[in-house]
Amino acid sequence: MAHETHDPGHSSVSHVDHAALGEVHEHPSWGTYKWVALILTVITVTEVWIYYVPAFVASRLFVPVLLTMSAIKFAIVVMFYMHLKYDHKLFRALFTGPLAIAIVTMIVLLFLFGHLSIHAG
Amino acid sequence: MATSALAGHGHPPTTTGLDHRKVAIWAFIGSECMLFTSLISTYLVYKGRSVNGPFPHEVCNPPQCATQLKPILNIPVTSVSTFVLLMSSLAMVLALAAVENKDKPGWAGTGRWGRALASSKLWLLMTAILGSTFLGFQAFEFTSFVHEGLTIRQNLFGSSFFTLTGFHGAHVTVGVLWLLTLLAIDVRRGLGPKDALLVDISALYWHFVDVVWIAIFTLVYLIR
Repeated sequence: MAHETHDPGHSSVSHVDHAALGEVHEHPSWGTYKWVALILTVITVTEVWIYYVPAFVASRLFVPVLLTMSAIKFAIVVMFYMHLKYDHKLFRALFTGPLAIAIVTMIVLLFLFGHLSIHAG
Repeated sequence: MATSALAGHGHPPTTTGLDHRKVAIWAFIGSECMLFTSLISTYLVYKGRSVNGPFPHEVCNPPQCATQLKPILNIPVTSVSTFVLLMSSLAMVLALAAVENKDKPGWAGTGRWGRALASSKLWLLMTAILGSTFLGFQAFEFTSFVHEGLTIRQNLFGSSFFTLTGFHGAHVTVGVLWLLTLLAIDVRRGLGPKDALLVDISALYWHFVDVVWIAIFTLVYLIR
């Protein structure tokens, strides 16, 4: 399909503007966005499907698999739709720094309130 | 590729070489990560500690409840609203691409689909409609929960659930208003490559609202 490709010959105009904004590379093309949307949809459908499989819900894999799929979706949106994969490293630091602090705090709280535990020995 | 700011290319010179507005929106999004993680943490800490029903995933039997109450979360409806919000993110990136490439006729290809793909108005409107649809689903969910006996004061689940999803819904509402403002500007004078940063900033906010929902959908709705 003709609309799936960016014309590289025309990309320089946009590239100068992005550089001024602190971006290192071109944004993805429509084709990439389409595939990202498809992958997000497939992961979401899989998440909901396994929710309705009693044997899987009862297994120890249920929560880790859901968390992994959610993390993949999160990362895909941040990297491709929010363009963090292509953006300046300062933006990456501004996002991942607070996110890491927040996630660590959440895990610590879950340990503190007994939702998570480590059985030693 | 050097990333230093060039005078006359969208923003005045800055010490970082980056546009302050874009740095600001990323700093804001970073702070929002902490806000929503605190709300999600609160939900998870209180999870399973409600004395009275209704409960999210479990049946509530007497004497905990006056009558037997079924699990209150409606996964099929929420799955559809999640899909709607994911598709709104796709529409948003297409709106940004249309604005960035407005001075390149035919960048999206020729024909009806190419013209549609190149229309920033269409994609901004589509994003706002999909965001409003998500809000409609949330209003339906909240209303049905209240009818089934779950209010913000009913139990710990109700308090933490309505606070978390209510804050998210408020963010979506702000996003929809922001998109409609951009659409009005686009209709009035047209948005072009020089306005790409304005759309980019709103797109970052919108995608952030989407990724927050990705986390909420799994942690609140799917994990029992």
